[in-house]
Amino acid sequence: MRIPCPFCGPRDLSEFAYLGDAAPVRPAETSDATAVFDYVYLRANPAGPHRERWYHASGCRLWLTVTRDTRTHEVLFAEEAAP
Amino acid sequence: MRFSFLSIAREALRGNRGWTPHWRDAEPKAAYDAVIIGGGGHGLATAYYLAKNHGLTNIAVLEKSWIGSGNVGRNTTIVRSNYLLPGNIPLYELSMKLWEGLERDLNYNAMVSQRGVLNLCHTDAQRDAFARRGNAMRLHGVEAELLDRKAVQRMCPFLDFDNARFPIQGGLLQRRGGTVRHDAVAWGYARGASDRGVDIVQNCAVTGIRIANGVVEGVETTRGFIAAKKVAMAVAGSTSQVASMAGLRLPIESHVLQAFVSEGLKPLIPGVITFGAGHFYISQSDKGGLVFGGDIDGYNSYAQRGNLHVVEDVAEEAMGLMPMTGRLRMLRSWGGIMDMSMDGSPIIDRTPIDGLFLNAGWCYGGFKAIPGSGLAYAHLIAKGEPHPAATALRLDRFRTGHLIDEKGQGAQANLH
Repeated sequence: MRIPCPFCGPRDLSEFAYLGDAAPVRPAETSDATAVFDYVYLRANPAGPHRERWYHASGCRLWLTVTRDTRTHEVLFAEEAAP
Repeated sequence: MRFSFLSIAREALRGNRGWTPHWRDAEPKAAYDAVIIGGGGHGLATAYYLAKNHGLTNIAVLEKSWIGSGNVGRNTTIVRSNYLLPGNIPLYELSMKLWEGLERDLNYNAMVSQRGVLNLCHTDAQRDAFARRGNAMRLHGVEAELLDRKAVQRMCPFLDFDNARFPIQGGLLQRRGGTVRHDAVAWGYARGASDRGVDIVQNCAVTGIRIANGVVEGVETTRGFIAAKKVAMAVAGSTSQVASMAGLRLPIESHVLQAFVSEGLKPLIPGVITFGAGHFYISQSDKGGLVFGGDIDGYNSYAQRGNLHVVEDVAEEAMGLMPMTGRLRMLRSWGGIMDMSMDGSPIIDRTPIDGLFLNAGWCYGGFKAIPGSGLAYAHLIAKGEPHPAATALRLDRFRTGHLIDEKGQGAQANLH
């Protein structure tokens, strides 16, 4: 598997570290426990295109948002993660 | 047909022409008392214990492919019960005890081989942690032995004891652990369940779960609607997909775990050995191949195949433990889809939907748990209350904070 880093070009998987699903958003500090539980534990875990966070640790050291098909490992799209 | 010395001798003389199929490949009926989704180890064991222990025989196991085509055929066949936490030990020990009597119970040769599971330690801190784990096991009535370096040397002289980075200091040994012939587990349970009247329906994928007013009514399948008052999921890596048909979002991610087998060798490794300075486990199959594996690949996957960075990592660990493996040729590798729960421990519980049950989150440990999981799950489905060995394996523990963090890592690959 290679990830097309928008800054470094297509690079081997071993250069990257995986964080997981890009969908969960940290709830506001005033949120109740249910929102925090949802954010920490629950995942859609789709079989198909999955937006996920990868860190290019051995490259540009930037966080990327990669869209990848979990059934085939085909990387569909990679962009810099929004701050 | 029962297996006995007599029947085997008779068939040997008759050219083995008298054997009949081991189970009925059933057509689905329109309605059942209970339907189990997933014809893997856990699903088939659940059906067997529902029929045997609870007299529930009007049930079906629905398998989308052929039985045993999933993780029960894609593992490293290790069985053990050397766990630390009180929420986990009872279930795995129940499972271990069932493994010990499985072949007599099923009248089926599952090649249960209690050749011992040895966890190696490489630091003082790790030895202390092993002593603690061994004590926890003994408090639960599970035997455990803490071995010093000399004892490990006597047992496995071929290991790299003076490795510069990871010298071997000793190990924790569970003699009752070992390996089991994985396919025979699926076939044996299928045969036992089928003999008692359970319908095993292959090539029947569930496409929907019908629910009315919070109560389950049955499942939509590729072979039509099947009504059932109780629907039980046992689908490992596909858990999130099937549960989403009932509108559930679960604390589970699907990850690929690879395993490998080498060319056949003469007897070399006495039991199962795990490398403590990484995540690597190795044993020798009865055919002679070394069977080994390591970590999950580390990213969500449904692909049943992994990538080369883990192959490299596993090879490095093999070399760190047994330098002689450098001369080995690899025969095959495969990948299975693990249902990684967020605390690394399984779930056997009801769901918020009446009549819908969940058995999932087995992470690396699904194979060894098959008999115990099946028995506890059958108990839950039949009686509506958890089996005494599985009371902690609740779905709501993530919400209430009663996590069973055996290793505190769950699905997060960077913590492995």
